[in-house]
Amino acid sequence: MALFLLMMETDAMSEIETLEREILAKIAAAETASALEETRVAALGKKGVVSERMKTLGKMSPEERKEIGPALNGLKTRIADAIEVKKAALEEAALDARLASEKVDVTLPVRPEPKGKIHPVSQVTEEIVAIFSAMGFDVAEGPDIEDDFHNFTALNFPPDHPAREMHDTFFFEPKEDGSRKLLRTHTSPVQVRTMMTQKPPIRIIIPGRTFRCDSDQTHTPMFHQVEGLVIDRDSHMGHLKGTLEAFARTFFEVDSVKTRFRPHFFPFTEPSAEMDIGYERVGNEIRIGQGEAWMEILGCGMVHPNVLRNCGLDPDEYQGFAWGMGVDRLAMLKYGIPDLRDFFASDARWIEHYGFDPLDQPNLAVGLSRK
Amino acid sequence: MKFTLSWLKEHLKTEASLDEIADAMIAAGLEVEDVDDPAARLSAFTIGEVVEAHNHPDADKLRVCKVATKDGEMQIVCGAPNARKGIKVAYAPVGAYVPGIDITLKKAKIRGVESHGMMCSARELELGEDHDGIIEAPEGANVGDPVAAWLGADDPVIDFEVTPNRPDTNGVNGVARDLAAAGLGDLTTPAPQAIKGEFESPQKIELRLPAGAEDACPCFAGRYVKGVKNGPSPQWMQARLRAIGLRPINALVDMTNYISYDRARPLHVYDADKLKGVIHARLGEKGERFVALDGKSYDVDEAMTVIADDNGVLGFGGVIGGEDTGCTEETTNVFIECAYFDPLRTAKTGRKTGIASDARYRFERGVDPNFIIPGLELATQMVLDMCGGSPSDIEVAGSVPAFDHCVLYPTTEVKRLTGMDIAPENQEKILTALGFVVRKSDPWQVDAPSWRPDVEGKADIVEEVARIAGFNNLPVATLPLTTAVESPKLTPAQDRRGRARRALAARGLMEAVSWSFMDERHAALFRSANESRAAGLVLANPIASDLGVMRFSILPNLIAALQRNADRGRDDLALFEVAPTYADDTPQGHKDAAAGARRTAAARHWSPGATEDGVFQVKADALAAIEAAGAPMGSIQTAHPGPDYFHPGRSGVLQLGPTKKLAAFGEIHPRVLKGMDVDGPVFGFEIDLGAIPARRAKATKTRPALDASDLLPLRRDFAFVADAAVEAEALLKAVRAGDKALIAGVRLFDVYEGKGVPEGKKSLAVEVTLQPRDKTLTDEEIEAVSSRIIAQVEKATGAILRQ
Repeated sequence: MALFLLMMETDAMSEIETLEREILAKIAAAETASALEETRVAALGKKGVVSERMKTLGKMSPEERKEIGPALNGLKTRIADAIEVKKAALEEAALDARLASEKVDVTLPVRPEPKGKIHPVSQVTEEIVAIFSAMGFDVAEGPDIEDDFHNFTALNFPPDHPAREMHDTFFFEPKEDGSRKLLRTHTSPVQVRTMMTQKPPIRIIIPGRTFRCDSDQTHTPMFHQVEGLVIDRDSHMGHLKGTLEAFARTFFEVDSVKTRFRPHFFPFTEPSAEMDIGYERVGNEIRIGQGEAWMEILGCGMVHPNVLRNCGLDPDEYQGFAWGMGVDRLAMLKYGIPDLRDFFASDARWIEHYGFDPLDQPNLAVGLSRK
Repeated sequence: MKFTLSWLKEHLKTEASLDEIADAMIAAGLEVEDVDDPAARLSAFTIGEVVEAHNHPDADKLRVCKVATKDGEMQIVCGAPNARKGIKVAYAPVGAYVPGIDITLKKAKIRGVESHGMMCSARELELGEDHDGIIEAPEGANVGDPVAAWLGADDPVIDFEVTPNRPDTNGVNGVARDLAAAGLGDLTTPAPQAIKGEFESPQKIELRLPAGAEDACPCFAGRYVKGVKNGPSPQWMQARLRAIGLRPINALVDMTNYISYDRARPLHVYDADKLKGVIHARLGEKGERFVALDGKSYDVDEAMTVIADDNGVLGFGGVIGGEDTGCTEETTNVFIECAYFDPLRTAKTGRKTGIASDARYRFERGVDPNFIIPGLELATQMVLDMCGGSPSDIEVAGSVPAFDHCVLYPTTEVKRLTGMDIAPENQEKILTALGFVVRKSDPWQVDAPSWRPDVEGKADIVEEVARIAGFNNLPVATLPLTTAVESPKLTPAQDRRGRARRALAARGLMEAVSWSFMDERHAALFRSANESRAAGLVLANPIASDLGVMRFSILPNLIAALQRNADRGRDDLALFEVAPTYADDTPQGHKDAAAGARRTAAARHWSPGATEDGVFQVKADALAAIEAAGAPMGSIQTAHPGPDYFHPGRSGVLQLGPTKKLAAFGEIHPRVLKGMDVDGPVFGFEIDLGAIPARRAKATKTRPALDASDLLPLRRDFAFVADAAVEAEALLKAVRAGDKALIAGVRLFDVYEGKGVPEGKKSLAVEVTLQPRDKTLTDEEIEAVSSRIIAQVEKATGAILRQ
């Protein structure tokens, strides 16, 4: 009996081994997920061969069950594991195959996106603003269409004085009362407007459009200025010099700039000066901060006592300085732009070439301009 | 203003070099614009002597000369009729640049005969107009000498800018005075000597100015000189006048020009025999007319000061004399006028007539009133020296206008305004050298000299002291910090412009800066019937007819620019500008505007993709710009149409509430484009940046807490069938109104008209995102929201859910 039993068990065990070999072979042979699934159902499904065998356990004697049970469970686990492994391998292979089929020519060009540009006048104005705002200057503005008082009279241009003729003024038709508006010839009227409404200390720069009835290779009827004004109780020409020298260094982004202050005449400043900076021309390039040649870049001076008086300030109590410079010209000098007239031609080729990326907002922390 | 070095040295004893003089002038505020040293310019040209001259074998008019030169004996072929043996010539060697013909000489064969260099005419060396023959240098000239020295062309010419405040530097002596004060030498200007009259002047003068206009000519002096012999002025005078660009005429005329430049003192000389009766200064009368020295006829009016005699107007006082009474070679009796004309009337007359004479230039800037009589004496002396004759007594009408410019000047003032430490004794020295009279009371009383009408106050004295002391001595000082924490330096409006600008550039538009002017024809096309741009702001003196109107819109300039670019082959371009427009001529009429224009060519690309309708590109541009400028985007509504220069069906307005228009956008009206000769379609937008409300200042920098639910949002699609006229914005607004709390997003993803949708209707498909707040939504709750959405849409637009 014992022997018979033993023989039965031995048979059952070898059958399980055979079964395992067959099923594992089928798993290994499965080439698709569905073939693998068929194999799984055939083995582990409700009616699968392994499941069927598991059902026979109940009819077995406790001894048999003790022997065969673990063997069948082991079989089930190993088959399930093998299926999982195979499944993952098949998925991996399928993904590889799909990826292989999805290959694109990555060298194809992307859809071009138009690149916007900032005009040099705007960029350079912002550069100037960045420099002077760091020195505590507010940015003031005023209207382009002015009256005689703000553009001339308050600035100590006597009526019919020849100094007015230095400004080729655009006029509008006279009104019934004989007054006529004009296009401001400089941004100085904003100095007047500021001094008349604001108590010193005043520290402002004034960027804006200015107009003179003049058109040739180096003059356009419209151009841009930045003026500066400092009014307090003790600022003098030494401060003017220090401020403008610091500006020139920062703006041209050089360690040192040679400057020369020459006496000059402006009705609205006394003493008046023009500031030259040293430069050298190397080919088409103008190098600021080196060389022996001089170039005028701005006019300046101490605010004329008459101007202070005209704006309601006592020249014995308050004093200060002012200057004015051409934005377009500064842009030409710094960035080597040859012709002023091109600034206002709206030629896309020019704007693309000389314009600035919108991300390059002038910022003293990263250097005023991108290198 | 030009003068020559030798001329300067008549007034300034100096050892300084030409460069030192120019530098000192610049340092003193006399801005040297050009220094022309003819000796340097002509250094290549030397004296040669023709030792042989034969006719050219093959050309009648050419001569083959052997010329002794610094380079040895050279054979030169020459076409000048005066090329003959024995003359001294201006030899130009091979390699020399000949300025008058703009040629650098090369060895040449002329009709088969070799020619080494050239013998030059005056014109070829730019020494005069003469081109009839070659220059014949004086016999004493030695071969090899520089030609400049022998031709009187070795006097350097300095050209500088006379600023309006320095009328005294319209005379060489004024320049010399500044240089002497600056330490370059001694001022040696001789004072004119009084000349005793030999008889009473037969010519009388009077002032006949009405009350109130006496200042037109407060003083009129004159002198009769009889028996003069007019002729060419001396060579030295001619050379100087020529060097500064004046044409010598005759001694009497040259004398007036010379004194005008020597002493900044204009004069006039009449042919006394052509005068009738008393000459007098008076105001002009309407209808009067005279022919001036420039040969032109001028109308006179009541605002002008004229000099007249019994025959009528002789000239404009201080501006120009008359042709009829001018001096000629035959003149034997003269009357010299030396008067004072007021700057204002002189300037006005000059402007009105357009006469730009040296006299006007000086009178309108102010001549030295104390040099009327001395000027007349100086002129008399020169007439006597050059033309002989005998002088009368001086006639004077009126009196020399008083000049009293006394300034109370504390010597600390120069330090206060310039930061320079200049000792009082140095200040006094400078002022005295410049002709000021210093009285050392406390404060000082400083009298300005009569040739310095500009000096009126302390600051003017400071400038005199500082400029002579030298601006190169200015200290370098730094402005003190103003506050510990700097407040914003840009106004909200400036910030808004900058942000709009960079937002537009970031969208791919290129920034243009176009004129503040526009073409009148464009203005007419863009004048909207609905807006009060009726007249436009028209310039009285435009630079060009197409720049005659102040722009009320930036669009025309941009659209015209698009076409110019398209004409160069750039047909796919977007331009923008952030800059002012002008609604009227008041400060409030100066508007902050932004505008853009696009012209899109469908760009071909290998990867297909929808090209967006230009209307929505410019709408997106406008939205991006106003958002960057700080507009409250949640409150923006779209209305239509835009202004009437836009396509009526394809344009709109972005506004806050029902009336506050911020921007317009759309396709530009084809009629407008046709009028501008621009190929369409063109799309544009314009923004009134000033209409965007300023951001409200927040009380704290702390952001509100993040409201992010852990619950999954869910999405539901709705398709509505609406009348074709229903506007998407109204429908979307109604969808949102379905549940303000739960609906987190609404996206219109399809617009369809056609098969399956009834005629006159359209289908709008919307994806709604619901964000549960506290708990997952039940089916009933979702159903309830959906019903509300459908009900709201139907109520607001009449659209119903598509079945």
